[in-house]
Amino acid sequence: MYKYTDTSITDNPKLDKIAKDLLQPVGLNIRFHIWMGLLTLGLMACLYAYWIQLNEGLIVTGLRDHVSWGMYLANFVFFVAASLIGMLISGILGLLGQEWIKPIARIAEIIAVAFAAVAGMVIVSDMGRPDRLPYVFMYGRIQSPILWDVTVVTTYMVISLLLWFIPMIPDMAIAKSRMDHCPKWLSFVYNILSLKWTHHPEQYKILFKATRILFILVVPTAFAIHTVTSWLFAVNPRAGWDSTIFGPYFLTGAFVAGSAGLIMAMYFFRNNYRLKAYITTEHFNKMGKLLFLTGLIYLYFNINEYIVPGYKLKTADAIHLKELLTGHFAPLFWSVQIGGLIIPLILLLFKRFRQPGILTIIAVFVFIASWFKRYLIVVPTMEHPYLPKQFLPQEWMLYQPTLIETAITIAPFILVLMIITVLSKLFPVVPIWEMAELGEQHEAHETHPIDESSLSDETDIKSHSDE
Amino acid sequence: MSEESNNKVPDNRNQNEGRKSRRDFLKNVGLFGAATAAGAGAIYSGYKYEQNKGSSEMVRVLTEDNRLVMIPRDQIQTVTLDQDALQKRGREGLEGHRWVMVIDLAKCRNARKCVDACQSAHHLRPHEYHITTLVMKDAPNTAPYFMPKPCQHCDNPPCVSVCPVNATFKRQDGIVLIDNERCIGCRFCISACPYSARMFHWQEPVMADTYEEEQPDYDVELNVPQRKGTISKCLFSADLVRVGQLPYCVTACPNGVFYFGDENQDAVTNGTTKETVRLSQLLKQNAGYRLMPELGTKPRVYYLPPKNRLFDAPDEDMTGTQIQETV
Ligand code: SF4
Ligand code: SF4
Repeated sequence: MYKYTDTSITDNPKLDKIAKDLLQPVGLNIRFHIWMGLLTLGLMACLYAYWIQLNEGLIVTGLRDHVSWGMYLANFVFFVAASLIGMLISGILGLLGQEWIKPIARIAEIIAVAFAAVAGMVIVSDMGRPDRLPYVFMYGRIQSPILWDVTVVTTYMVISLLLWFIPMIPDMAIAKSRMDHCPKWLSFVYNILSLKWTHHPEQYKILFKATRILFILVVPTAFAIHTVTSWLFAVNPRAGWDSTIFGPYFLTGAFVAGSAGLIMAMYFFRNNYRLKAYITTEHFNKMGKLLFLTGLIYLYFNINEYIVPGYKLKTADAIHLKELLTGHFAPLFWSVQIGGLIIPLILLLFKRFRQPGILTIIAVFVFIASWFKRYLIVVPTMEHPYLPKQFLPQEWMLYQPTLIETAITIAPFILVLMIITVLSKLFPVVPIWEMAELGEQHEAHETHPIDESSLSDETDIKSHSDE
Repeated sequence: MSEESNNKVPDNRNQNEGRKSRRDFLKNVGLFGAATAAGAGAIYSGYKYEQNKGSSEMVRVLTEDNRLVMIPRDQIQTVTLDQDALQKRGREGLEGHRWVMVIDLAKCRNARKCVDACQSAHHLRPHEYHITTLVMKDAPNTAPYFMPKPCQHCDNPPCVSVCPVNATFKRQDGIVLIDNERCIGCRFCISACPYSARMFHWQEPVMADTYEEEQPDYDVELNVPQRKGTISKCLFSADLVRVGQLPYCVTACPNGVFYFGDENQDAVTNGTTKETVRLSQLLKQNAGYRLMPELGTKPRVYYLPPKNRLFDAPDEDMTGTQIQETV
């Protein structure tokens, strides 16, 4: 997939401009500090909510004996799902030799690292005894899907971190020599992280080999992580979870959520980091198509997941489906399915809707719907156990998330934003050396060089009007 | 220890030696004293033993490995089991037994005495159920009936399979217990249990203040003291079963609904009448069944259908909810 070039990257005439463009957003400016300050404030408020929960117990949530898994679990599933985009972009598309992903691959990895790292914390917020977390390692039983989940989430996070870091080593070397305006400590960090990189062809050889191995490793790991997450539900004999397609159903759902997340991040970086020349409208077009493809597969799984039990209407399934389709979950269910899946799918068919701005709006809808979809997978099933719920206080019957619970659910999102902000402000979000190399190849193949493709959105559309 | 450090100073040597011999002397006196006391004690207890010999009656006791032995009454010492011993015997269970429960639905009139007895024994609030009663209705045109529902102590328990830390476990005598010193509060077992048999301590347990004062030892067979952030569930009263008594709920029922006993001995005893009957006969004659057998959980609780009922069918509004048809 990577074309191995003998010419040293430092001889590349394009490098100067590319490095200047891509390093220009790096560094901690006043906006960074204000933004991080705001995030910290928000996080403090949420941590206070968690403090209350620690002291009072989970009674401060809307969870009770019947609906004992709620927003926290839905949130956990969502975080694992969103993190899978790293694997889809660099793993699958990368291995398939898709060159266009290069400028956005690092953004995808940043998202993967952030969401996977925080997913672990989300699940801790759901535990009745977080102080006993070490027990999972001390007394872990290999039969329990929780053990599998802990293992693969950690592995996936480590691989994603490596996939973010290793291709960035040459950039560290480039940045070290070029960023004169950057603070001392940052050059120091770059110096360490560049690992004495000299752009020697031999080094590139090793780098290509290492990333390739990681690409191959990340695919099964990512499949495992979300399949196992789906089994947290599918192994339980309950209507709505008792499904054999939960693994692929969750996996494709994850790709939908992740693609939407990536589009949002791309839009943000493109506009705020002045990267229009690198993250082009064509990238949005392609991501729009990817979102369409994953969404279509997800729709297919949805049809299977609801129509097959709906046809047989076994007693428990019938109750479950009735609640979803016409009961008190119906408004949410239909908004998620229509607003978050069907309408976006129809719109994405048209090129007009795959332009950066409008595509990002669609992505926001899909992203939010993806979260609620997880909620709809977790909660309704728990609200309808096989045996009736009786002789209980009214508020134990149905699940009603509380304010404290909501704050604790928001906290992980703030953390993710913080991680993404730090990683994208300290390091270039678009790979410099790969861009230089890509430009070179483009020239060699006499297609438009990279800096021309971005003069304006119009030329960009024109140059791809063959589609 | 300061003497040792003084050794470095030569001038102090003599003084040190003097001190040492004084210490030795004290040591000797101490030893002598201890020996005297021990000897006196031995003589005294020997005398006591002689005195009691013959006069003490023999009693039968059950040893830990379930052997019946005789020992003189005065030889009996009450041992307080420490935490480890309680845990060990609690996790192993009683060898050679397979406990079962039979619930006769024809006799239940929803007195909920079983619920009360259970909750007071296990320190629970009114809505914290190990056992509860449900109003069941099998079809739209059949009469509703009351159904006490404890944990089914499944032989293929999904709750045990999913537990990540072996906090809930199946014993050799068929009882499924929960160790609240181990439980991490993930509530996976609640999701896995199709009988909604488990409860969680969402807040401090009702007796939390008392625990703080008395600091009782944790008995896994009683699951007391209860703990915030952990699971609790029906234990088949493993603490009572160990000493040969019927579970709390079983004896509390005024209407003879519960039978409890040992499948290996094919005998179950009614908690109200104390009548012991053959398990196989009881199930056969009354068409006993288990809840949701299609799930493959293999419950250890059997139900006898509500035919020829002793009481009127329940009122549909009494549960505070609409009666849901059973699945
Ligand atoms: S009834 Fe539920 S809690 Fe009891 S053993 Fe079966 S699955 Fe476990
Ligand atoms: S809540 Fe406790 S008993 Fe239940 S599965 Fe988790 S650790 Fe095991």
